[in-house]
Amino acid sequence: MDLLDDPAPGQNTPEFTVSEISGAVKRTLEGEFGRIRVRGEVSRVVKARSGHMYYDIKDDRNQLACTTWKGQVARLNVIPEEGLEVVVTGRITAYGAQSKYNMNVDEVAVAGKGALMALLEKRKKTLEAEGLFDPARKKPLPYLPEIIGVVTSPSGAVIRDILHRLRDRFPRKVLIWPVAVQGEKCAPEVARAIAGFNAMTPGGALPRPDLLIVARGGGSVEDLWGFNEETVARAAAASEIPLISAVGHETDTTLIDYVSDRRAPTPTAAAELAVPVRHELIAWVEQQDARMRQALSQGLTRRDQRLRDMARALPRPDTLLDTPRQLVDTRGARLAPALIAGVQRRKVRLADVSGSLRPSTLQRAWASEDKRFQTISSRLDPALARALQVKKNSFAAQAPRFRPEALHRDLDRKKETFRAFVQRLSEAGHRQTAALRDKIEAAERLRLTLGYEATLQRGFAVVRSDGVLVTGSEAARKAARLEIQFADGRVTVGGKAPGRKGSAKPPQQGSLF
Amino acid sequence: MTDTPVTDMSFEQAMSELEKVLGQLERGDVALDESIALYERGAALKKRCEEKLKEAEEKVAAITLDGDGTATGTKPVEGL
Repeated sequence: MDLLDDPAPGQNTPEFTVSEISGAVKRTLEGEFGRIRVRGEVSRVVKARSGHMYYDIKDDRNQLACTTWKGQVARLNVIPEEGLEVVVTGRITAYGAQSKYNMNVDEVAVAGKGALMALLEKRKKTLEAEGLFDPARKKPLPYLPEIIGVVTSPSGAVIRDILHRLRDRFPRKVLIWPVAVQGEKCAPEVARAIAGFNAMTPGGALPRPDLLIVARGGGSVEDLWGFNEETVARAAAASEIPLISAVGHETDTTLIDYVSDRRAPTPTAAAELAVPVRHELIAWVEQQDARMRQALSQGLTRRDQRLRDMARALPRPDTLLDTPRQLVDTRGARLAPALIAGVQRRKVRLADVSGSLRPSTLQRAWASEDKRFQTISSRLDPALARALQVKKNSFAAQAPRFRPEALHRDLDRKKETFRAFVQRLSEAGHRQTAALRDKIEAAERLRLTLGYEATLQRGFAVVRSDGVLVTGSEAARKAARLEIQFADGRVTVGGKAPGRKGSAKPPQQGSLF
Repeated sequence: MTDTPVTDMSFEQAMSELEKVLGQLERGDVALDESIALYERGAALKKRCEEKLKEAEEKVAAITLDGDGTATGTKPVEGL
């Protein structure tokens, strides 16, 4: 019964190998959906070393793994970037080796201008914070550049417009650095071109331009996106050569426009900013030349005219002398009469003065003076006598007041005082003398008491030998002669040999004690 | 006035010098001798401007690049 593994009911399901089912799933997925567009936010972007890109597109609940192969990446207009809202186009497929499905994306578009602008705003803020938009950083453009470097696509209307406008205004040497102006290559190539122009040396084999124009025609935001890349903006900011940006139309402002030294609304406008109009300059130079000639000739004319005017205003030499000459004449004429009149006037005055000068006048004056002298001298004697009398009277009045009594009184008083002093002095002298005398007597009495003479009165005697005092028996024995003094006189003992005399003496001496 | 010799001046320098010279001449407050010297300088500056204006030659070349995108030289560009 059970020898055969009969399939149970419902067990007639077809059996696949893993690869068979994987292939079937892959075909089903690809066939079912075909080419589709999916909208979502980019996240977890990984760019592999191989050049392939792996990233997710997600909404608030799910995520879809996406791949873009190296060859496809090069053709993308927008490179997926973390957080960017995009619409990706491609096919759903499966990767059987990992039992995963994903989407192969060959086109990426930004999901809306709003999303892209938000990204641009973020970059702008970053660069602005670094000061790259500072107006002080902007370099002035050269007035007439010798060589203009243009970074753009070598084919197309843009370079044609620029060259055309340059030709109209002022033909110049132009170096074109060809770049891709959209797609993935755009940003690195433009950045490289700007740096490359800056690396050239002025006057070298590749002569360095003195002005750069980075240009691109109009297009969608996505088309222009390469010029919003940070690498491009940083290369433009780092450029030492003044740089004009002309990307898109007037309404399109890309990141490079904020850092460039000037922004032109169109490529044609960039050419206009780059060079002045040649024929206008030629006209200007001619005009300057004309003005210069005119200024010089005017200067000469003005000087000439002034000279003439002044020459006209100069009077003739003759007329200059007329007035002084006339002056000389009139003064000369007045000279002689003036002299005569002067002498006449002085003569009259002399006559007036000398008329009153006569001897009688002098005598009269003399007599008058003499008389005055007589009068005064007669008054001299009485005046003297009168004065003398006045002094005498005055003396007589004063004399009785001078009397000697007062002086005598004073003298007596002083004599009396003197006498008293002498009296006191004499008394004091007597008192002092008596006191001294008493003292001397007392001293004498004391002396007599203490002296040996008083002792003699009481029976003692003094022994001498040849005038020298003998105080011991030994000396008395040796003495040839002894002299003994008593109270009432002296006695001489001996005149014998010293030995005997000495033996005779001691009892006498001993009797003394 | 700048010390740069007139023959070494850029167009812009020569232009601004020429304007200065003209201004002085037109004010007419310079001595006669000096105004003649100014005129001569003005003439030299004008000549320099004309020289620079004559150098109006169009020459367009494109940079040639190697595989790494480095400039290797130029090639003439025609027909643009």
